[in-house]
Amino acid sequence: MVAFLKTNRQREAMYGWLFALPAIIGFVVFDFGPMFASVLISFTEWNGVTPPKWVGISNYEEIAFRDDLFMLSLRITTIFAFVSIPLNLVTGFLLALLLNQKIRGQALMRTLYYLPSIVPLVAVAALWRWIFLKRFGLLDIGLAMIGIQAPDWLGDPNWVLPAFVVMGLWGVGGGMLINLAGLQGIPTDLYDAASIDGANAVQRLFNVTIPMMTPLILFNLVMGIIGGLQVFVVAFVMTAGGPNNASLFYMLHLYRNAFEYFRLGYGSSLALILFLYIVVLSALVFRSSTAWVYYEGHR
Amino acid sequence: MTHILRPTVVSPVRAFLGVVTNRHRLANLLGKVVLYAILMAGAVLVTIPFIWMVSSSLKPQTQLVAFPPIWIPDPILWQNYPKALTALPFARFIANTLIIAVGATLGTLVSSSMGAYAFARLRWRFRDTVFFLLLLTIMLPGQITMIPRFVLFSKLGWVNTYLPLIVPAWFANPFFVFLIRQFFMGLPPELDDAARIDGAGVFGIYWRIMLPLSKPVLATVALFSVQHHWNAFIGPLIYLHDLEKFTAAIGLRYFVTDTQVYYSLQMAASAAFTIPIIVLFFVGQRYFIQGIVFTGVKG
Repeated sequence: MVAFLKTNRQREAMYGWLFALPAIIGFVVFDFGPMFASVLISFTEWNGVTPPKWVGISNYEEIAFRDDLFMLSLRITTIFAFVSIPLNLVTGFLLALLLNQKIRGQALMRTLYYLPSIVPLVAVAALWRWIFLKRFGLLDIGLAMIGIQAPDWLGDPNWVLPAFVVMGLWGVGGGMLINLAGLQGIPTDLYDAASIDGANAVQRLFNVTIPMMTPLILFNLVMGIIGGLQVFVVAFVMTAGGPNNASLFYMLHLYRNAFEYFRLGYGSSLALILFLYIVVLSALVFRSSTAWVYYEGHR
Repeated sequence: MTHILRPTVVSPVRAFLGVVTNRHRLANLLGKVVLYAILMAGAVLVTIPFIWMVSSSLKPQTQLVAFPPIWIPDPILWQNYPKALTALPFARFIANTLIIAVGATLGTLVSSSMGAYAFARLRWRFRDTVFFLLLLTIMLPGQITMIPRFVLFSKLGWVNTYLPLIVPAWFANPFFVFLIRQFFMGLPPELDDAARIDGAGVFGIYWRIMLPLSKPVLATVALFSVQHHWNAFIGPLIYLHDLEKFTAAIGLRYFVTDTQVYYSLQMAASAAFTIPIIVLFFVGQRYFIQGIVFTGVKG
């Protein structure tokens, strides 16, 4: 009997490995392996055709001391992330609060707000390039009609990042939807209890809704950081980093080095630094979360 | 009691209460009005870019730039669409995109559901460790593996083929594994037992019990995957070099960054590229939203 069980167990274990095999191979070949390889590649000079040349830390030295575009792109990406992520987070949350009220046409409203977030990024970039067009773009025309002399959004180094922020806000519906789901997941008896204790709407918001939503806000924040530091498609299509490198997002700099100048080693160094930056920022957010994220059952 | 003893006091109190409830009602009404005003204004703002895209796409070139802007073109140039879509071999691009999307989606459905089964139902050593490692890669930013993967695929001679865009999907996507696993966990284990008594083996339970019962989550995965491959940009950009191998996304980018192309044609191509995704969303809305909600709320 015991022997039978053992073989049965073994059979199950074998099947376990077998069924997980594609996932395990995928993990090793396409994620774990490349991650390690990228560290090695970052210490080489390599165009991908001739054999790689080991150059030690010289790529990192170049990044630190000689590559002006590195610091510039890092700054641009950081500024964008620090403005755009909180703005989208707050807007998405407020929008979800409003759309969670009992209103007429609720489903239609939610759909309208959500739709922009599923428009493919290439199309988003094409559309907004036309909307932002100097003088003849819809935005400048609209602003002119209310008497505002609009800037040359995509042609002025000072206005190109704000333009990206505005465009990013158009896609706030994605965050709204997740927040909406979170709001609907809050047990109603918490609100009932608060009302019985005499809490008004504002107090219920700050003492029930927001604490209950903090885990989701944390999730959105971390996802926002990971995505926000990797902006590529819209910048590549809309401005190609211009004008005068004012929208040279980090990923654009990385892409150019790796796939336009064929500097795979240098590109890998840039990728690792961005990766570390993302890890550090996320870690800081997680660290801080013990102070502001409320988990039910961990009182 | 108060009424009987001090009738004179009661009436001011009643009057006061009356005013308060009236005020309350008024405040409520006012709140509603403000709520609707904000939501309507926002809905108009997020919808205008769509209308502008469609409107511009149907305009003769002479009506593109006008003050005040022309919303309904006269005449409506439907032929802008065939004109834009034949300026480049877009039919070919769309076929290419579908080959990739279908190939990759089939692969990820098979491999991810297999992995999910191994993690949800089978007992084997290191299962939880492997699952944890797999989950970590969900957070792994794509840029870190981009260059080593490119090196790998170029060594295999796969550059300028669809293989780098399809093959990895056959080795499971950690996020989809997670999504399907959570669904499998919710299916009662008694079903497995019953099937086992009826003579089903490990594979039989996966194929005849788990998969047919998991159609909702498989639909979600399929939708996400197709959407992802329709929108995918940086992968096709890196791997596909010949124009006739382009996907629709990079074909569109090629088209809209060509300064010779009028905005009406750009918008026609962009709209044509966006419409399938919006249709896909409406057709699969239920599964789509379930997936997003699940990602945010339980992820």
